Amino acid sequence: MSAVIESHHDDHHHGPAKGFSRWLYTTNHKDIGSLYLWFSFIMLFVGGAMAMVIRAELFEPGSQIVSPEFYNQMVTNHGLIMVFGVIMPAFVGLANWMIPMQIGAPDMALPRLNNLSFWILPAAFGVLLSTFLMEGGAPNFGWTFYAPLSTEYAPPTVTFFIFSVHIMGASSIMGSINIITTILNMRAPGMTLMKMPLFVWSWLITAYLLIAVMPVLAGAVTMMLMDIHFGTSFFNAAGGGDPVLFQHVFWFFGHPEVYIMILPAFGIISHIIETFSRKPIFGYSSMVYAIASIALLSFVVWAHHMFTVGMPIAGELFFMYSTMLIAIPTGVKVFNWLSTMFRGSLTFETPMLFAIAFVALFTIGGLSGLMLAIAPADFQYHDTYFVVAHFHYVLVPGALFSIVAAVYYWLPKWTGYMYDEVLGKTHFWLSFISVNLTFFPMHFVGLAGMPRRIPDYAMQFADYNMIVSVGAFLFGLSQLLFLFNVLKCVYYGKSATAEVWEGAKGKGLEWTVDSPAPYHTFETSPDLTKPQTNS
Amino acid sequence: MIFRTFLFALPFMSLSVFAGWDDINMSPGATALGQEIFGLHMTIFWICFAIGVAVLGAMAFILFRYRKKEGVEAAKFDDSTFLEFTWTILFALILIGMSIPATITMIRAYDDTEGDINILITGHQWKWQYEYIEDEVSFFSNLSTSLDERNNLAPKGENYLLEVDEHLVIPTGARIRFLITANDVIHSWWVPDFAIKQDAIPGFVNTGWTQVNEPGIFRGQCTELCGQYHGYMPIVVEAVSPEEYKEFIIQKKEAKLQQAALTEKLWTAEELMAMGEGVYQKNCVACHQVNGEGLAPVFPALAGSDIVMNDKARQIEILMEGVQGAAMQSYAEQLTEVEIAAVITYTKRSWGNDVNGNGEIVAPKEILDYKTNKL
Repeated sequence: MSAVIESHHDDHHHGPAKGFSRWLYTTNHKDIGSLYLWFSFIMLFVGGAMAMVIRAELFEPGSQIVSPEFYNQMVTNHGLIMVFGVIMPAFVGLANWMIPMQIGAPDMALPRLNNLSFWILPAAFGVLLSTFLMEGGAPNFGWTFYAPLSTEYAPPTVTFFIFSVHIMGASSIMGSINIITTILNMRAPGMTLMKMPLFVWSWLITAYLLIAVMPVLAGAVTMMLMDIHFGTSFFNAAGGGDPVLFQHVFWFFGHPEVYIMILPAFGIISHIIETFSRKPIFGYSSMVYAIASIALLSFVVWAHHMFTVGMPIAGELFFMYSTMLIAIPTGVKVFNWLSTMFRGSLTFETPMLFAIAFVALFTIGGLSGLMLAIAPADFQYHDTYFVVAHFHYVLVPGALFSIVAAVYYWLPKWTGYMYDEVLGKTHFWLSFISVNLTFFPMHFVGLAGMPRRIPDYAMQFADYNMIVSVGAFLFGLSQLLFLFNVLKCVYYGKSATAEVWEGAKGKGLEWTVDSPAPYHTFETSPDLTKPQTNS
Repeated sequence: MIFRTFLFALPFMSLSVFAGWDDINMSPGATALGQEIFGLHMTIFWICFAIGVAVLGAMAFILFRYRKKEGVEAAKFDDSTFLEFTWTILFALILIGMSIPATITMIRAYDDTEGDINILITGHQWKWQYEYIEDEVSFFSNLSTSLDERNNLAPKGENYLLEVDEHLVIPTGARIRFLITANDVIHSWWVPDFAIKQDAIPGFVNTGWTQVNEPGIFRGQCTELCGQYHGYMPIVVEAVSPEEYKEFIIQKKEAKLQQAALTEKLWTAEELMAMGEGVYQKNCVACHQVNGEGLAPVFPALAGSDIVMNDKARQIEILMEGVQGAAMQSYAEQLTEVEIAAVITYTKRSWGNDVNGNGEIVAPKEILDYKTNKL
């Protein structure tokens, strides 16, 4: 790091504070990024443990270890935690760490807001998880919490759930405001919008999606609250309300939410593939346009989650066509990644392995998504394990693998140490095999007729469910290896160079600063208007 | 069984190669619509399969061919407008190709003109009610798999969790229209062989239709999470010849008359208790539990309940009307007068309630009187 610090700045230039208060009061984007990432890592194991309970219950036909009621609580909280507690905070953590470094900014634009938006998250999940200890048990109506199961027929703890969702939403909205403000105002001179790294682009668009839809979610849960406690009948048919309205409002939030969980992954994967192909990304501008069009389309496809609610045929057809359209920009992205690798000079370090698995398995998830878009066929797929297989393919080897890839890719930059490559590759292969063992057979049982969210099933589904459970246990255990590898890197890793990867040369500003990245980077903006030389 | 695990070595390729097709693919359909949707599914599947093989094949080739080699530099190109346009148009053409058969099938599936026979299906937590609108016959259909099988205390039968006490009987060769709604939360009525899946939503009536030409038994399940026993409300449809169907309707009507006669009979406490226990096991244990302790806080205990022990009038009212804003539904339609009287008697004389409370018996006549007075 070669920034020249003038002497009168010295008293402002300080390192991190000592002890716990460093983390409580920190306004440093790197500290907050780490907080987000560790929080989501912990929640990954909490939500994962719930998945293990689910798979143990489904290991064989017949009642196994938990009651149907507790099973529903597991299904619900597994979903809520993985969506709001793992994937989203992990992406926000990566945004905090990488966006300022990638655009040459010293920190996020609104550092104190940043602190607040992190620290209310553990509170939100504390509220949610505390319901397990309450009379009536935790929320049990699925992560989609359809009314009236989640209103009139919900356990009394639903009010805590509503409060918790409100806090999560506030956290996301504050985080998004911060990200947008940072990206639009704090780019280094010369970094025009169309020169921004793709991860920054993907997050800029994601942040707009969040701001657009989190208030809708807040509206949905507020209407629930009114129905439950204040005598309104938004969703109560007996009072003149409309249970289907809930689903429209929920999925108007929910479908953009799905892309909130995948767009940042597109940015990450693009960076990793270009680095390990030793080539620039193919079709940069079409990548940007593809992300933007996926984001726009996400607002007009919501009712494809509701093909069986009894929409008029015009609605069915509209949502079928609009959903199919999404395949175009998604296909463009996959082809661009392939073209980036084409005639490259490929090496297969752990981040690249995860990135390649992402492209392959996300393609499978995309294709099953295309099948689900076909409305008349969806009558058969809807709410079966085929859907479970589909969204786990895009969220586990999709979103989660991209986060794991990002951690391996940038960990040396964050810590200054290399992770253990052999352990990393072992982690990859175990995860890759077990993730397919877990989720591929779900396509089969789904097509054969197994509904979602059931604690017990008919005999013909027994064989595949056992295989799925074995795969799930293996996948769960493999992630302990990931935790071990990260800790080993932090405490016993070998020093990393500033560039870390051979192919990282010229692949972004983050590779121009030391490893570990100093507590404060780019206090003076790098000037990109001049021809760039790597420091 | 074990050899199916080979599937995972060749996830895509193996789909049609190995045995057990039924276990891994959609029902080929028992009706014209079912077969058409199956055909559409297979068309779409093979298109997606071909795309998948092409993309993953190209990827495998690239990964192998362009791995880093001594002395080989990576190319420098980073864009090609021609390629971007070409594959965008290619995708659009494939999608248009897929949307045409999908639209045709969609229009055919969405036909809600009146049927020869119209059946109102109502989802309840956790059972289905079938009402033959023209014949004014109505009954409930409950899971008949025993608790012992579910708790692994008895060997599981062939149709474990897919069997019910009362089949929905329909005649072959007739156009049947289903009118689907729900009484409490949202359910979804799905019979894969008919390719009908319609959400049963309180306050809405959705439609579906079928025409079965061969007799047979078709099984399905509820497919919308509807509470703790969502996995335990299967659907069994039995298609029979029109003659047998006529016979079935006549029997149902006679049974209804016999039930009415039973109300007039003089019942002993023992008879009511015996019948009440059966009714309780079938309708009440899910929430109030075998031991009458309920599941706090949502499902109250009956054992030691003041209403059950001492307030006969209120208990009759609860069973007849349900409890507003709680999970307790009205049983006025689901159970006969005799059954309601029997189950109330049973709860008043079980779990020590007879010792702690008045232990009265309730006669079917009292239920009938409640109904009459209400009118």
